[in-house]
Amino acid sequence: MAEHHTAPDYKHKASSNAAGALSGNGRAGSSGGSGGLSGGLTQPAGWQSLLSFTILFLAWLAGFSSRLFAVIRFESIIHEFDPWFNYRSTHHLTTNGFYEFLNWFDERAWYPLGRIVGGTVYPGLMLTAGLIHYVLNLLNVTVHIRDVCVFLAPVFSGLTSISTFLLTRELWNQGAGLLAACFIAIVPGYISRSVAGSFDNEGIAIFALQFTYYLWVKSVKTGSVFWAIACCLSYFYMVSAWGGYVFIINLIPLHVFVLLLMQRFSRRLYIAYSTFYIVGLVLSMQIPFVGFQPIRTSEHMAAAGVFALLQAYAFLQYLKDRLTRQEFQTLFFLGVSLAAGVVFFTVIYLTYTGEPYHHLYAKIHIPIIASVSEHQPTTWVSFFFDLHILVCTFPAGLWFCIKNINDERVFVALYAISAVYFAGVMVRLMLTLTPVVCMLSAIAFSNVFEHYLGDDMKREKPPAEDSSDEDDKRNSGNLYDKAGKVRKHVSDIVTMLMLMLLMMFAVHCTWVTSNAYSSPSVVLASYNHDGSRNILDDFREAYYWLRQNTDEHARVMSWWDYGYQIAGMANRTTLVDNNTWNNSHIALVGKAMSSNESAAYEIMKSLDVDYVLIIFGGVIGYSGDDINKFLWMVRIAEGEHPKDIRESDYFTPQGEFRVDKAGSPTLLNCLMYKMSYYRFGEMQLDFRTPPGFDRTRNAEIGNKDIRLKHLEEAFTSEHWLVRIYRVKKEDNRQGLDHKPRNLSQKQKYISKKLMGGKCAPRGAWLAWRRGAL
Amino acid sequence: MAASLFSVISRFLEEYTNTTPNKLKLVDAYLLYILLTGAFQFLYCLLVGTFPFNSFLSGFISCVGSFILAVCLRIQINPHNKGDFLTVSPERAFADFLFANTVLHLVVVNFIG
Repeated sequence: MAEHHTAPDYKHKASSNAAGALSGNGRAGSSGGSGGLSGGLTQPAGWQSLLSFTILFLAWLAGFSSRLFAVIRFESIIHEFDPWFNYRSTHHLTTNGFYEFLNWFDERAWYPLGRIVGGTVYPGLMLTAGLIHYVLNLLNVTVHIRDVCVFLAPVFSGLTSISTFLLTRELWNQGAGLLAACFIAIVPGYISRSVAGSFDNEGIAIFALQFTYYLWVKSVKTGSVFWAIACCLSYFYMVSAWGGYVFIINLIPLHVFVLLLMQRFSRRLYIAYSTFYIVGLVLSMQIPFVGFQPIRTSEHMAAAGVFALLQAYAFLQYLKDRLTRQEFQTLFFLGVSLAAGVVFFTVIYLTYTGEPYHHLYAKIHIPIIASVSEHQPTTWVSFFFDLHILVCTFPAGLWFCIKNINDERVFVALYAISAVYFAGVMVRLMLTLTPVVCMLSAIAFSNVFEHYLGDDMKREKPPAEDSSDEDDKRNSGNLYDKAGKVRKHVSDIVTMLMLMLLMMFAVHCTWVTSNAYSSPSVVLASYNHDGSRNILDDFREAYYWLRQNTDEHARVMSWWDYGYQIAGMANRTTLVDNNTWNNSHIALVGKAMSSNESAAYEIMKSLDVDYVLIIFGGVIGYSGDDINKFLWMVRIAEGEHPKDIRESDYFTPQGEFRVDKAGSPTLLNCLMYKMSYYRFGEMQLDFRTPPGFDRTRNAEIGNKDIRLKHLEEAFTSEHWLVRIYRVKKEDNRQGLDHKPRNLSQKQKYISKKLMGGKCAPRGAWLAWRRGAL
Repeated sequence: MAASLFSVISRFLEEYTNTTPNKLKLVDAYLLYILLTGAFQFLYCLLVGTFPFNSFLSGFISCVGSFILAVCLRIQINPHNKGDFLTVSPERAFADFLFANTVLHLVVVNFIG
């Protein structure tokens, strides 16, 4: 059955590789052929392993260097938003120690709620960086933790290349493995999340993913408990690193299930999966963030179901071997009815608790999740941009795998199909597609090269692949010479074409990395007419102003995008940040930004806000500013406070979103508008446009004379990108309204003398008369 | 139906005692012991409640894990299955068994709380 497939498969490959093992192009046979080689190569196995080692080393070097564009152009800085939180946590880990980090309660985020960091974060990334920092400092190589964090992802990309090599070698042969390693070192789909400076989970998670899959394939092939336990340990590392571990814990059971359906059950499979599941289960529950999820949530139920099924199947196989058919049937009937009953009750229980449907609901109906740009569906352009020629050749590799099916190629076929589906749903999941595309394209290219390069030697032996069968049969009638010459020319042309494609791939990857994926996004750069570079360092300017000019316990309100950066660079307490775990709190901030100044002041007082920070791109034409995000703020606020905020209020009667005079009055009076355009009406950017011309929206703003009652401007950065306002404290007394003075005509002064009342004595008057003059 | 079931089971037990080697019977005794331990733990949990859930879970998974690893050992040392395991000798199988149990129990002790 299944066990017998692998043996002839191996022999086949070994013989064809030995026959066709010419030096050059890095193709190496799996077990070093000894006979039939052109002279001059003593100990070919030695040369092959040297070649493999050199190629892998160069792939690591290429991957590492390709990711350094941002560091060379700017400096060694943490990029984007999420990495700032990871960096801050790692910094906390290195200064305070391991247990302090695991039990950390961060009261400087999500004021006044705080955040239990230890229980809501995947610690693998911080621990890896912390460990490397600790070991290096122990050896007296004093590296700063920031540099460790910046360069961690490029270093791990090399490790990913090596694990992809190992995995592809298990699936196909060493040549395909080397090609796959080279592909994944430079492919843009993976580089986008692992440049130097992008200190994020994916940088180490893809390595853990590939390594876990390699160990899984190895344990299915050998049936050894040692490899299965190694797979569990690697899986544990993956669980600690990334939430995408759910992909592993669903793909592996799916693989087992499909093998059962294909009647490829074997004892090796049973050993591999049972050990992996049970030890992996208890290991995955050690991460505080994961907790008891593996036995409660629906995402993990497939693994448990397949485990139970496999136990039942194995037990039935054991009985079948022992009993006669008749006896087996009676037992089988009992067993099946029991199993059906269990399944029935489980389904009832699950539908009662409504588990499986939560996750589909979340994506469509919660505005925060829908607003993230990475969650949008993928376009064909993204596929080609991120994968270039690989996305065209990977179906060919998949076809080769399916044609020469065995246990591990079923796995890679399932991996490919599920990855393609997920990549089509969300742009962000292109990253999970990239490794399998690299592997399968490598298999396709390796096959082509093997077919056309090893031709001269191959003619002596019977053809190895089915694809060459038909060609041979067609040519067998012709004279050997003529067919040989034509064949040789065709093979040369095909080889040249393939090499050209690969070279264009390398050029494309480097170009994409350089232009699209190497911007730190904390520092902006623009290029003048003469090509010189103009650096806009407004973000850091503002954050450092905050750091140095505000009280240490000051609280800063901003939209959630900037929360991690404010916490990391300015080291101030924030209200909401990129973790977005509390929708109501974010909705409160959104409501404050969208209401008029007095209503917003009430909210800001209740949240103890000291400073408000906004991003304004109107002066330089930066399109990622808060006015462009404003509608999302309104939508999120409307979700929680539908009576106070209505999205339609912010549009003109014609349904447009305009910031000029024709804009809706609610928009022109809301806090965000006032803060963005305060004093902007006096600013004239150049002679052709009127003062107050917003370059991003290409409109002259409607409300130029803005007065702020409860806020005062604290800081505006050089290009007006970041604007910080101080929230004024309430006055001690409410000022009296100045009504005009009411002069009543009733009390006219009338002399007492005329009225006949008592007046001063005559004597005093006479004395005054005598004294005067 | 019940009579035939009974006869099937008794015949199976008879055949089992006669044909399995002693090594495997030893492993089977160990398996039975683990099974009973696991059943008792589960019963206890049903009666007393799941309060320190992690403790119950770690104990129960320790039973299930030890059971699975012993079953793997039994499969690998069974001379009947030699063709499946070309790279795994019985000594290697036992060494793997020890290694796996070490890892499993380290994690269990950490999880017990």
